[in-house]
Amino acid sequence: MNSIEEFTKGLEVEFEDLEPGTLSSATNFRSIKGWSSMHALIIIAYIDANFNALLNGADLKSAQTIQDLYNITIEKLK
Amino acid sequence: MSAFIKAISYYLPEKIYSNTDFFKAFPATVSQKENYARIGVVERHIVAKNETASDLAVKAALALFKEHKVKPEEIDFLLFCALEFDYMFPASASIIQAKLGLPINAGAMDYSLGCSGFVYGLGMAKGMIESLGLKNVLLITSSTLTKNIHKKDRSSKFVFGDGAAATLISSGKKNANISSFVFGTDGKMAEKIIIRDGGARNPISKNSFIEIENEHGNVTTDANLHMDGAGVFHFGLKTVPAMIKDLLAKEKLNIEDVDLFIFHQANLFLINSIRTKMKIPEEKVFNYMAGVGNTVAASIPITLSEAIKSGKAKPGQKILLAGFGVGLSWGATIIEL
Repeated sequence: MNSIEEFTKGLEVEFEDLEPGTLSSATNFRSIKGWSSMHALIIIAYIDANFNALLNGADLKSAQTIQDLYNITIEKLK
Repeated sequence: MSAFIKAISYYLPEKIYSNTDFFKAFPATVSQKENYARIGVVERHIVAKNETASDLAVKAALALFKEHKVKPEEIDFLLFCALEFDYMFPASASIIQAKLGLPINAGAMDYSLGCSGFVYGLGMAKGMIESLGLKNVLLITSSTLTKNIHKKDRSSKFVFGDGAAATLISSGKKNANISSFVFGTDGKMAEKIIIRDGGARNPISKNSFIEIENEHGNVTTDANLHMDGAGVFHFGLKTVPAMIKDLLAKEKLNIEDVDLFIFHQANLFLINSIRTKMKIPEEKVFNYMAGVGNTVAASIPITLSEAIKSGKAKPGQKILLAGFGVGLSWGATIIEL
């Protein structure tokens, strides 16, 4: 599993419309500019494609920050 | 005699709702244009207020008769798949039978399925031809889902379009066939794509029209389509690869043996995610949604029809069709034209 820094950077690239350095592990991902349902799909696809862990709607609802997403991913991989 | 797909035609309603119309109606989404582009839809056709799924079905079948020189009297059975029917009863298939002038000794029935409906219809048609000895089954898959989308439900308004496809499944052409099938259903996930009110369980009431806003700002009511986008995306990524793996194992094939993959055109982002996950080469996937959107049960035959017209799908190739959606329900098969 990648470090939280790599995980965050990878997600930032996937979001495409963000300036580099916008996201940190503490970022509440729902507060990013233009947060939409598409971003939720991007998160699910990013974690599935890169870490082979499939998050569901409830997993996403329970998470607030990038760190939460990272922790859920690690839990899924156990 | 083995069954095969002999001809497909489709009909799209006249009115077009473009992305320009969409971004004008929802100015807050303009900054998200790039993300919306990943959905893969540029414009969709929208059914008229006084037009029903059976009206689109009749037009698609008339196009089939004209384009492929099919005579109504050749049809032994009509299967009509939709989510929106004209009356509580009789079946819309009866209305369509009369309008098309199909023989009175032809069977006609409705069934209610969405995005998996075309594959299920192929399964029933194959059974009717190969077990019951019928010669020509007309399968019409039609969708008018935009009628049930709340005007402030941005996500669904962007994705869905209306249309109908008419497919003729016939007996007896050397080498052309429809393979075995995999089917699946998970009714525990029924709430993921649902219109809760207006059926026998919850008749329409005052409360049916209370607006509910989700965390992404999409608004709907219990009288309109509810779709849990993240939940459906998760379902697609989990179920579709497993379904394809099962079908390939059943047919003793590998991904390399399949010439073309046609997925239900849910949205381009989901199809690309499934393709990447399954390591399917990009050139082996044919999509057709930019000009039509997600047309629910009509999406696979519309896409297949365009694949044939463009020369991408050819006789002798193995073409895998995968449908998945409301139910939740899924199904896949492999055809040779």
